[in-house]
Amino acid sequence: MDQEELGKLEARCIQEQPAACAAACPVHVDARALSAAVAKGDFASAAKIFRKSVPFPGIISRICDHPCEAVCKRREAGEAVSIRAIEKACLDWAEDFRDTGIPLSKKDKRVAVAGGGLSGLTAAFDLARKGYSVEVFEKEARLGGSLFRFSENDLPHDIVEADFKVLEKVGITVKLNVSVGDDISLDEICEEFDAVYLAPGGESDEETRGRGNRLTKALRIDLIDPLTLAATTPKVFAGGSIRRPPERRSPIESISDGRRAAISIDRYLQNVSLTASRIGEGPYETRLFTRTEEIEPLPETSMADADRGYSMEEAILEARRCIQCQCLECVKVCEYLNSFGSYPKKYVRQIYNNLSIVMGHRHANKLINSCSLCGLCREVCPDDLHMGLVCRKAREIMVKQGRMPPSAHDFPIRDMLFSNSEKCALARPQPGTETSSHLFFPGCQLCASSPEHVRKTYSLLCEKLSGGVGLMLRCCGAPAEWSGRVDLFSDSLSDVKLLWDQMGRPQIILACSTCYEIFRTHLPEAEIVSLWEVLDLLGLPEPAQNDPVASRVLAIHDACSTRHEKHIHESVRNILRRIGFKMEELPLSREKSECCGYGGLMFFANPELARNVINKRIRQSEADFLAYCAMCRDYLASGGKRTLHLLDLVFGAPIDSAAQRRGPGYTLRHENRVRLKNMLLKELWGESAAGEEYYGMIRLSISDELRELLEKRQVLDSDIQQVIDFAERSNTKLLNRRTGRFLAHYKPAAVTYWVEYTFSDGEFVIHNAYTHRMEISEEAKL
Amino acid sequence: MNEQDAAPTETDWLCTKCELPLEMGKVNVGYLGSMFPVDLLRCRRCGQVFIPEELAMGKMVEVEKLLEDK
Repeated sequence: MDQEELGKLEARCIQEQPAACAAACPVHVDARALSAAVAKGDFASAAKIFRKSVPFPGIISRICDHPCEAVCKRREAGEAVSIRAIEKACLDWAEDFRDTGIPLSKKDKRVAVAGGGLSGLTAAFDLARKGYSVEVFEKEARLGGSLFRFSENDLPHDIVEADFKVLEKVGITVKLNVSVGDDISLDEICEEFDAVYLAPGGESDEETRGRGNRLTKALRIDLIDPLTLAATTPKVFAGGSIRRPPERRSPIESISDGRRAAISIDRYLQNVSLTASRIGEGPYETRLFTRTEEIEPLPETSMADADRGYSMEEAILEARRCIQCQCLECVKVCEYLNSFGSYPKKYVRQIYNNLSIVMGHRHANKLINSCSLCGLCREVCPDDLHMGLVCRKAREIMVKQGRMPPSAHDFPIRDMLFSNSEKCALARPQPGTETSSHLFFPGCQLCASSPEHVRKTYSLLCEKLSGGVGLMLRCCGAPAEWSGRVDLFSDSLSDVKLLWDQMGRPQIILACSTCYEIFRTHLPEAEIVSLWEVLDLLGLPEPAQNDPVASRVLAIHDACSTRHEKHIHESVRNILRRIGFKMEELPLSREKSECCGYGGLMFFANPELARNVINKRIRQSEADFLAYCAMCRDYLASGGKRTLHLLDLVFGAPIDSAAQRRGPGYTLRHENRVRLKNMLLKELWGESAAGEEYYGMIRLSISDELRELLEKRQVLDSDIQQVIDFAERSNTKLLNRRTGRFLAHYKPAAVTYWVEYTFSDGEFVIHNAYTHRMEISEEAKL
Repeated sequence: MNEQDAAPTETDWLCTKCELPLEMGKVNVGYLGSMFPVDLLRCRRCGQVFIPEELAMGKMVEVEKLLEDK
């Protein structure tokens, strides 16, 4: 990931985009932050936010044409928030505090402003604060221009005067009763000053046009650059009402023009680019997306005294109507994104930093390794940002850099290697045939969870399909792909491809959604089909039809890896319909389905998060769940949810016991795979089982309580057997003279296993087992 | 990883091979290229070490995580 790529990813997360109101405001008043402050009763902070963007807050809070309210998202659930009225309340109820900021050191450049209306005065104020000497020429006897067309009631004169006090504070010179163009020519002004801003106001519409024409005889109004407000004459800038027809005059646009002109003049006088990075000046449309469907509609807060404006209480109520626009679409649906307390724009930066640092603590390792890679974020993101792809790429980079924490995915990778070892793996054509038109690939987790289902399904497929149905027992390589081990995954895929080639490239029937996704993506030359499509097409075995208990409702948990496989969703539902079950669609289903917590190896990198994911998912319906992926079923069931696998229904298993079944632990999952291979070898091909490891003969006695602990610690029976085998053969063990128990350790690969045991009646009674990855030097000290 | 973590019942442990009780001594414990001398019970003849459960599942896991994120 380079800086450019990071920038592109960050830009796709719109959470930090301004709210619609602030974007539409020509000077970008942050009405969202302002409302949040008022909602808390903090009028002082709110007033500060308002003053930051608006030089004349008293005036603007009374006469602003408030383009913000036209785009307020609250309109989708009631009326727009009365932003201008809240702004006025801020000033009414906050202690008066006018901070003009610290002016920069005086500069030797002089700027003339023609016109003492809002636009001219804003430019004058901004330029004076930057340290320029500013002179304002006003043709009338007072400043304010067209402001005096407002009634005293709408805009009291003392408010105008109070707002204009800041002009004195920043040291602006005002020349009243001087009309540029009449009393003093533009040429003379240009001669005398380093830059000029023309913002001629007018008492009437006619006069504005007339004055503008007269003043700018030498100018072409239509040639004023809308970005910089530069006129065609050097050092002259022009803006305000002069740029707009009378019906489109806007106080806030005038202020915006003044501000824009001040930036241009400053740049002009500093001899830097007038046009560089001027995005975000003036009104624009925000990219921020905010869902309003679930927001309760609320009407505008009314004022007890309309002339007075909002009371404190009324303003607080009205400010609370602000929905505080933000996106967070992905964070709302993804427990992973939610659990790290921020949102993707921040996360991609953290991930980038994590990959870039040479020395120091890598804080984002867990962030990178906890994602299920399921892609739900992209489904709900207005800009299709896929954090799963970011995390998977990051894992690849970490592996390449040698920076992947060894403990993160070690266990599932070893599980995968075990599935692909001689003990479990098998690839053969159907007994009695040489060629295969089809190949059943049940996937390592169905073999581990329910070998009986594999056996029955294979037998069904052999019976229903002609042309020979081959069988391949192994892992598709998903754990390697998920963990970023590109080489390991590539090796695993080559093995599958070679075996598939040797079988004559049959159509692959997949019972696991993850295998389906892996082969669809990485083995595009293979024709693949989901088992559910095949069963939907071929029909179901006898016991599945007209099941007497099949009247209950099942909530369908779609596998996240099938999110774009509509045909699989349909086949699953067709099968359920045919058996006679009623179906409930979960709020997040089909293309928006949630991961069960296994995807991306989330459970191994962050078990606590995975358990939260499971618990959140299973609370979404009271009904029994139906899964069609063995891992989904076992994970959901591990949270105590009654969950059926689709094959339970296909083969007419007793519903209650099938739904309540907890998935087997790690040891049993290994054993199930081994037994399945041996059973099929014997039953279908008449071959005897491959020899067991000698330590496999060591008989263990393990209490249920300890077994649960060993499961958490990822200690398999075979690990314990290896420790005991080593300890007993080499007499390398410790004896506790008080308890009479032995303690021994052994390190077959990266993990050291410790086992506390006694021997009784021909079996080893296991009292405890634990592990560590740190290495101990045990050289003799004598 | 201090002595208290490592030595709850010092005299109870016996190395079966050397038939000697374990004694406290400096043992090098390392991970991912880092190495620390730690006071642990060990057989003074063959060097066999005792790592108690609390140390393995507690402090060691912490240090492992720390070094993995380094």
